[in-house]
Amino acid sequence: MIQSILIANRGEIASRIIRTCKKMNIRTVAIYSEADRDAEHTVLADEAYLVGESSVKESYLNQDRILLIAREANVDAIHPGYGLLSEQAIFAEKCRADGFCFIGPDASVISLMGDKLQARKTMMEAGVPVIPGTDAVETIEDTLFEANHIGYPVMLKAASGGGGIGITICRSDDDCQKAFEKNKKQAALFFGDGALYIEKYVENPRHIELQVLADGKGHTLVFGERECSVQRRHQKIIEEAPSPFLTDERRQEMINMALKAAQAIQYQNAGTIECLVDEDGMFYFLEMNTRLQVEHPVTEEIYKLDLVEWQIRIASGDTLPWKQHELRTTGHAIEARIYAEDPVRFFPSPGTVKEIELPEAPHIRHECPIKAGSVISHFYDPMIAKLIVHGKDRNDAIAKLENALNDYKVIGIKTNIPAIKAIVDHPIFKQGGATTAFMDTYKDELTRRIQEVNQ
Amino acid sequence: MSYIKASMAGNVWKVVVSVGDQVEQGQEVAILESMKMEIPIESEVAGTVKAILKPEGEFVNEGDYLIELD
Repeated sequence: MIQSILIANRGEIASRIIRTCKKMNIRTVAIYSEADRDAEHTVLADEAYLVGESSVKESYLNQDRILLIAREANVDAIHPGYGLLSEQAIFAEKCRADGFCFIGPDASVISLMGDKLQARKTMMEAGVPVIPGTDAVETIEDTLFEANHIGYPVMLKAASGGGGIGITICRSDDDCQKAFEKNKKQAALFFGDGALYIEKYVENPRHIELQVLADGKGHTLVFGERECSVQRRHQKIIEEAPSPFLTDERRQEMINMALKAAQAIQYQNAGTIECLVDEDGMFYFLEMNTRLQVEHPVTEEIYKLDLVEWQIRIASGDTLPWKQHELRTTGHAIEARIYAEDPVRFFPSPGTVKEIELPEAPHIRHECPIKAGSVISHFYDPMIAKLIVHGKDRNDAIAKLENALNDYKVIGIKTNIPAIKAIVDHPIFKQGGATTAFMDTYKDELTRRIQEVNQ
Repeated sequence: MSYIKASMAGNVWKVVVSVGDQVEQGQEVAILESMKMEIPIESEVAGTVKAILKPEGEFVNEGDYLIELD
């Protein structure tokens, strides 16, 4: 069994991993940037080492410095958490080359799933449904031909893009003609690469993902799904398990698909198959995240297991003790991400937390590393905490979430709590009808409700 | 003379116009980065870029002038 772990991350996930390590009697080594000298993970770990300046590039992304600390601290393993280095194949490779156990899949699998086009190809070969799409389209003639072949509506996307920049939804040849040159120019300006490709646009989709655990000894398990359709700016706000949209039959089909996908790439450790599900329930592979997800607690709550513990056990060589048909769930769990941001405009709101009061009850779980006096830096992600509730069913979980939100107080910075309240109170959300288009479709109504809640 | 202002605190990640460029109302002229979010900045008015007041990489506060237009 692994005896000591360096946690190559910060914030709530670093604290989360440290807590599981403590439960397992594993020695923990934290790294911290200048801005995180007094952060919870710095204090919580058995040992902590300054890794660099405040910017992530000079601290939490400094691979060589992190490996130097790992050698100095004499750890067995490195846990990357999520984000930062967690999906950097080269970091996983360096860890293993330096004799550390990287708590995650093999570097070759990280690399394969990190390449969008290769991942699509691999999944198609494995018989997994993927969203119809193309390689790069060079000319307007090619674009129109491919768009008609796939069938409108389509998305014209920058091949090197991200963050929603350089994406246009086209519903006709006319739209494509208007978007082609504009997107090419924008892609070249923002990403230094004008290449575009086409993908089928799924109307009003659900974002539903499946949690995989595989021990590399022939045991691959899928711990159900999480629905993460409520998003703003392609970032998730609320996640829940199980999905209110899936029938038992469709759920089983998706579990079978995820098993097939994970087995096709001989996946090991924890990973997530992300899918888009259309209005008719047809599902498509979107990507695989080869790491722990932010929203993993909702799966933990309904399956009553510790995914971080199993990540560590698998990395230590343990075998998964269950069979797929033995997995059982209980009740319904919802996670709300608390962001430091203006609740109306969704713009970041760094600053100092003057006061914080968290609701407490047996069904409430907090992943919250902040306290009064914590400085929320503009250098890092806006997510400052996660609130997770568990109820006997969805309605019960929603009611518990609403109560918890009413008792949740953060003073000193703006947070999105008023936005979460307005979303959770919306009839469409309550009916389980929210798709990824929810925030845009009901923008005006939600803005009005958020402003009312915020007063 | 008019100015395009920062809508939030953060670093200037990208400026996609140059001095002398003609800018239209609603055109994206820059992207700010704060808390790992990229927020496009659009010009509220049409005009010609007279000066880039905050270069890429510089930290700005909400309301700071980014670009001067003629």
